[in-house]
Amino acid sequence: MYFKERAHAKLHDAQLQASLARFQGKFVPARKTAITELDDFEGTRDAAAEIRQRALDDLDVWLTIFDENARARGATVLYAQTPAEINALVLEIAQRHGVRKIIKSKSMVSEESGLDHAIEAAGMTVVETDLGEYILQINNYEPPSHIIGPALHKSREEVSALFEARHGTPRKDAIDELCLEARGVLRTHYLTADMGISGGNFFVAETGSVVLVTNEGNATLTTTLPKVHVAISGIEKVVPTLEDVATLMRLLPRSATGQSISNYVDILTGVKDRGEFHGVEHMYFIVVDSGRSAVLGSDVRQALRCIRCGACMNHCPVYQNVGGHAYGWVYPGPIGIVLTPMYVGLDNALDLPYASTMCNQCGVVCPVKIPLPDLQRKLREKEFERDLRSWHERVGLKAWGWLARRPALYGVATRVGVRMLRTLGDRNGMIRRLPFGSGWTDERDMPAPAGRTFREQYKARKAASHPDALAVSVQGKPSASEAREGSRKETLG
Amino acid sequence: MAIDDNQRSREAVLARVREALGRHGPDDEPRAAAHAYLAARKQGPRPTLPADLVQRFLQRAADMSSTTTRVEGIEQAPAAIARYLDHPHARAVCWPEIAALDWRGAGFDVDVRPASGDDAIGITGCFCAIAETGTLVFASGTDSPPATFLLPETHIAIVRADQIVAGMEEAFARQRAERDALPRAVNLVSGPSRTGDIEQTIVLGAHGPRRVHIVLVAAR
Ligand code: SF4
Repeated sequence: MYFKERAHAKLHDAQLQASLARFQGKFVPARKTAITELDDFEGTRDAAAEIRQRALDDLDVWLTIFDENARARGATVLYAQTPAEINALVLEIAQRHGVRKIIKSKSMVSEESGLDHAIEAAGMTVVETDLGEYILQINNYEPPSHIIGPALHKSREEVSALFEARHGTPRKDAIDELCLEARGVLRTHYLTADMGISGGNFFVAETGSVVLVTNEGNATLTTTLPKVHVAISGIEKVVPTLEDVATLMRLLPRSATGQSISNYVDILTGVKDRGEFHGVEHMYFIVVDSGRSAVLGSDVRQALRCIRCGACMNHCPVYQNVGGHAYGWVYPGPIGIVLTPMYVGLDNALDLPYASTMCNQCGVVCPVKIPLPDLQRKLREKEFERDLRSWHERVGLKAWGWLARRPALYGVATRVGVRMLRTLGDRNGMIRRLPFGSGWTDERDMPAPAGRTFREQYKARKAASHPDALAVSVQGKPSASEAREGSRKETLG
Repeated sequence: MAIDDNQRSREAVLARVREALGRHGPDDEPRAAAHAYLAARKQGPRPTLPADLVQRFLQRAADMSSTTTRVEGIEQAPAAIARYLDHPHARAVCWPEIAALDWRGAGFDVDVRPASGDDAIGITGCFCAIAETGTLVFASGTDSPPATFLLPETHIAIVRADQIVAGMEEAFARQRAERDALPRAVNLVSGPSRTGDIEQTIVLGAHGPRRVHIVLVAAR
């Protein structure tokens, strides 16, 4: 089942639609306020994009520097080429240290490999500690729907029922009571776990550290109390210096939830001092390739700058309407529709690059300036080149291409076209049913064209030689997206 | 075994990265450039802060849901904390650096040890504090156990005014000035632990402290 079918089902899921409506009101305005605290927000974005691109441009070198410094501090640095290798390494580390219970703070990469299932299949216990991830885990490993708030699609009533069933406690309805109950359950696990697994927001080359960012403090507890810590993240997560971390941390929480700073930022390096009471005795890094080097060598390599803030999905009109599950894999939203086809294969995610209106909201908010619509378009082109699109689309595009290269003929065809379309309009100038286009008009009306093409109007106005004749009739100062929209209309005419 | 064999994966991954970057031959040049970048300590754009960093720190800490109080000297801290706790015979655990203060005189008992899961109140100092974001910076060590600011429901931190720095950059610079290498953990903590994972409703005390109280000791 592809995106289109799933999206269709999600649009008709009343419960989900209620959650999505609730979701929209918060992250977007919070970000908007938070970025005004930086007097040079755009300059900071430029700096952040540069930092991430610098790391990618010499990734081999930065990885090696990170590796050397981490080892010098007593950590073991391991590499995983595939998802299966991540799981194999984790299981072997656990066996080596006689681990029975593992606590885990959020790691997207481990979702790629289905690590929790592998741990359970090996007979160990694993407990997710991020509250959202925990809720999903006890709901038979329901997939996350958002990279920052994995369970934001769930209502309080669903969580109430789930806790009652799983914890065997009286039903609680208030959100703070539910959180308190989860705190109690998870606290016991923190104190009895043998090993902690975390993701890694950044690997710092100069110090050989991993940086973890949370609000709950669950990553801090996960990496402080057990004796073994395994940090799993992608090769692309290296940044050169702590100064770079400082710059990125001015953007990550602001872009994600609209906070000036996340409540807990942990910079973890090596193993504990001899005198320390708590603290890990064995520190492992698992640095994961699993498709990333292929992205690095492709023309969508800028996607690897991503710092997983979630802003692109928060602002995406498609995501806002269908939620994260419609995308079918670990990463939803505008970044997901670029990464998923690259990681699971374009053939397995054919319509994902089309899950975008190309409005560029994502590109505008991305803190590391990933040109997401450009990358989506590149994937669309790849599909076309590799003959992965349906025959009528290929024939249709070929025909249009042929026509568009013959301006005179194109002019005639569009003149006929708009006049025909005009006759389909009702009294209000709206087309209610479009032959061969019911997919569009089933859900909405289409405005009928004015009856004359852009080029006809342009010519007529030029002839009238009005001083404003050449201006496209946009009132006031057009925003960037309006201007783009305007230019798109021109090319259609 | 996969771990002992991992050198092969390491080489394969690095080879694929080099291939993707179109890098053939030695990497002396980019390595030298990388080390030059490390040495340069380049900073990104910084937000302008008011001249009074102490005031800014207190205001930002409050924005992050910490409560704050000011005292003139460190010896006044126990009484200020007793007033905050407002509970006779309270029991707390604390870091060694503040063990010598007169806690008894302020009416409560303090154990000098890392917190366990059963302790309700943890009292700590800090490595430094960040004015830009109202953040407490902790450096792990024998005498600065993180458990004391992580496990208890109430965390109280004593911050001297001269420990307040402008941003994260200055906190890192202080680390470098005072020690050769980073400690195992540098934890940057800004207010109580919180979650918004159920219906985006913020609840304090998700896993760690529900209350963070900062006692600011004026500089002399
Ligand atoms: S692509 Fe940009 S906006 Fe989207 S999650 Fe990554 S960093 Fe954030």
